[in-house]
Amino acid sequence: MADKLVADKHLRYILNLMAEKKKESFESVVMDHLRMNGAYWGLTTLALLDKLGSVSEDEVVSWVMTCQHESGGFAGNTGHDPHVLYTLSAVQILALFDKLNILDVEKVSNYIAGLQNEDGSFSGDIWGEVDTRFSYIAICCLSILKCLDKINVKKAVDYIVSCKNLDGGFGCSPGAESHAGQIFCCVGALAITGNLHRVDKDLLGWWLCERQDYESGGLNGRPEKLPDVCYSWWVLSSLIMIDRVHWIEKAKLVKFILDSQDMDNGGISDRPSYTVDIFHTYFGVAGLSLLEYPGVKTIDPAYALPVHVINRILFTK
Amino acid sequence: MHGRPRNASKPEEEAASAAKAVQLRSLQSQFMTNHHDKIYTNEAIELSTKLLEINPEAYTAWNYRKLAVEDRLARIEPDPNLVSAILDEELRVVESALRQNFKSYGAWHHRKWVLSKGHSSVGNELRLLEKFQKLDSRNFHAWNYRRFVVELTNRSEQDELQYTDDMINNNFSNYSAWHNRSVLLSSLLAQNADGFMPNIKIPEEYDFVHSAIFTEPDDQSGWFYHLWLLDQTLNVETPLLTSSWPSHGSSIILSGAGCLSGSSSMFTTFCSESGSFPLILYFDQAVGGVSSSTVTIDSELKGNEGLVWEPIPNKNSQVSCVWVARLKYVSSDPCEYKVKIRVGNSPGIVSSRGYNFNAPYEFVFTAHVHDTVEDSQEGIVSWTDGFDIWDAKSKDLNSLVTLDRLNAEMDFKWRQEAIDSEVECFGILPDSKIGKLTLARLLMAREAMVSDDAVKGVHYEEILQLYNDLMALDSSHYQYYKDEHSKAFLHKVTSSSESLSRHLLRYRDMNNLVCLRLNNLSLSRIASVEKLLFVQMLDLSHNELHSTEGLEAMQLLSCLNLSHNRIRSFSALDSLRHVKQLKVLDVSHNHIGKHSVDTTRYLCSSPLSNSELGQDDVGKQNPGLVTKYWDAYCVLRDLNLKQLDIAGNEIAGEEFSSFVLQVVPKLVWLDGQKKLGN
Repeated sequence: MADKLVADKHLRYILNLMAEKKKESFESVVMDHLRMNGAYWGLTTLALLDKLGSVSEDEVVSWVMTCQHESGGFAGNTGHDPHVLYTLSAVQILALFDKLNILDVEKVSNYIAGLQNEDGSFSGDIWGEVDTRFSYIAICCLSILKCLDKINVKKAVDYIVSCKNLDGGFGCSPGAESHAGQIFCCVGALAITGNLHRVDKDLLGWWLCERQDYESGGLNGRPEKLPDVCYSWWVLSSLIMIDRVHWIEKAKLVKFILDSQDMDNGGISDRPSYTVDIFHTYFGVAGLSLLEYPGVKTIDPAYALPVHVINRILFTK
Repeated sequence: MHGRPRNASKPEEEAASAAKAVQLRSLQSQFMTNHHDKIYTNEAIELSTKLLEINPEAYTAWNYRKLAVEDRLARIEPDPNLVSAILDEELRVVESALRQNFKSYGAWHHRKWVLSKGHSSVGNELRLLEKFQKLDSRNFHAWNYRRFVVELTNRSEQDELQYTDDMINNNFSNYSAWHNRSVLLSSLLAQNADGFMPNIKIPEEYDFVHSAIFTEPDDQSGWFYHLWLLDQTLNVETPLLTSSWPSHGSSIILSGAGCLSGSSSMFTTFCSESGSFPLILYFDQAVGGVSSSTVTIDSELKGNEGLVWEPIPNKNSQVSCVWVARLKYVSSDPCEYKVKIRVGNSPGIVSSRGYNFNAPYEFVFTAHVHDTVEDSQEGIVSWTDGFDIWDAKSKDLNSLVTLDRLNAEMDFKWRQEAIDSEVECFGILPDSKIGKLTLARLLMAREAMVSDDAVKGVHYEEILQLYNDLMALDSSHYQYYKDEHSKAFLHKVTSSSESLSRHLLRYRDMNNLVCLRLNNLSLSRIASVEKLLFVQMLDLSHNELHSTEGLEAMQLLSCLNLSHNRIRSFSALDSLRHVKQLKVLDVSHNHIGKHSVDTTRYLCSSPLSNSELGQDDVGKQNPGLVTKYWDAYCVLRDLNLKQLDIAGNEIAGEEFSSFVLQVVPKLVWLDGQKKLGN
């Protein structure tokens, strides 16, 4: 059982992933198309561990820019099609390095704004898949770029609220079951736009706090599912945004995350003794950040970027 | 990425993996070439099929296939058989991809895209769904797809409701089915569909969900459905007015800033520099449309035509439970005025869910305007000395009469019977967390429905005991039960004039201000504010509060003591920005500045007020401090405090104190010290 965060091991794990030799395992190739997300997860983890300087900023930034499509959107990797999922990650990566100024903000923001539908919802790309994840992405991204006025915020908010369920949670579309990931997206979008009064905080708070498993202390994503470290982010950040995080037992959750580390090789997995990956490594460290674990910088629960990065953006014109 | 046990990989496994990687790489790069060169030959399309079979998450390949389909459809004769063949192939590829990964967003969306071209039959799609529901009845992709197919084919809600019946009867532990049921049922009830009257249906549903809860109390599948049923039973759709200030039949004394000689211990005295007093309307749910057309004021107080009503606390929202208008008066015009308020005489007040306020209410109060006799003193306000016992004959307590919320509601009987029946069922459930929690909620519901003063408050002892039990039984959620306990406790305190008056006092030095003492009660949560609108001085010291959420409605509050609580930041005090009367604030001995995580940042009325930050003199002179203490800045600059206590917080110190004095130049007392130059 682990009693501390082995930050150095995680640092090495991430740097190895980003280096050449790890790229050619089957697992790596099959995730080739979402490398932009992977880069965001890895780099944000480094930033939270105050080790962003361990990577070559120029290399990363120039690779990110090769993923920009003529439409203004970013792809998951060079040559792939653009999508909002990777556009947000690209913008977040540039924010980490304080390099937002290299962007043609008009171009990127027009790409996103152009994906808003009549009913206020957002498509992920030109092929029209609608999901509240994309509403969050659009709002988060445009907020970072200070172009929220390019979309119809009222309609966007109303659409998100139409996805609110009778249990207080949110789904991916109207009528869809509540799921912690979607809840994070909807609550995050409402938080950024100053609309948390549209959330029934007590009702949702109770649903969220009941995600904590009594035995392991971990959080699941919806009723009767297994606990998973990634929900340490989605459930926890949602609870924090609505000021109900005191309804879970934080110490137990810390233990669940620490127990999910690979103490030898670094990295964090979905639950103790399972295979690690960059996704869970990020969510584990981000979760520990929200739990005020010493040695981890504070992350913003709505933007999923370090607070000092967000303040730098929000407090300057 | 999920659910793979950690094992060190053997060399032969790594070699096999590397070989597969090479194959996939080659496939991907060929595919990319085809995609970029827009090659849609059979061979090229077949390549993408292979790619998607190995990797259904390769989203660009799904895009490519759509382009290929569009290309082919454009080239062929408009023969329905040819079109069918092309689209059938797509459906086959999707099905094969889903067998690889039935949670692939790309695959499901591709199927929807194909269907939107008008292909396949409901039968086919429902059969496909059957397969996937069997594999995983909680697969939300499948459930979403089901809703998509239902909408496309106009299947009836009643039929879909029956489907959830079948799913649940097969296995009650299916939250997805219960969720779907709640969506369908609430729609049918709202439409008043045939056979869907709440007074019959809701009790039936209670019976249905009992199987889920009583069979396995630790299984959460039925919990939230039951809570929804309780909400349907207790809460009326049409909005109601819960309370107001001033209240019907009350008398208030209005004055300018300053002291009155011989002020009354029977009535509330309201002093204001601005020459206006608040008129507060507190509804049972968020409503919009409160304006001078829907709320009429009949009075001889001059200058009050076209009154502006504001929602509290969200100015940019158009709906709120609490609405405030400010009535002007002239204190040099001493007189007695009767004021008649009519709420909802003309339509326009509507709840956020679209229900009209249709129970017009009229109330009358008397305002005695007095002239100020002496200049206002700027002596320090004490929280311990200068208090008089509450006069039992005080007229203010008549303002506790909260309107009988339910007399406007006609079918009251089934609601009471349903609650009674549930209380009986849960009363005999053996010790379980959900049993105790539900019973506590049911008893709270019963209390809310009681209109007879004689039996008001009888359930609270049991409710409080249940929450105490839960704090021990389910210690992981201790703070949740603590908050519920505090709410129930405050409901109990405010449930009768007698219990409330035990906590009331008068503060002699400030025109006999009405003071409510709720200190040292382990309160972690504020509640029942609608019954406390008349309070002018509030002592909440030595409790466990971490936020002032709810206090924004207390528009008369001029003195607030929050010392020795668990306030972590000024953002947690954001609601106080709306309490414009606040002059005295004590937040000493809290946790301000101690925590790195701000849990109330996004609950502030304008979390992105960055653009306004630093635009005034203070901001221009101290941009660094304004960003460092942005939440303190936002709260303090909107108030006109005379007295502030911040000692005993990590944030306290020379830098913060001098910053405070710049932001609040008119502050007279800081941490008990009189500030010079005021």
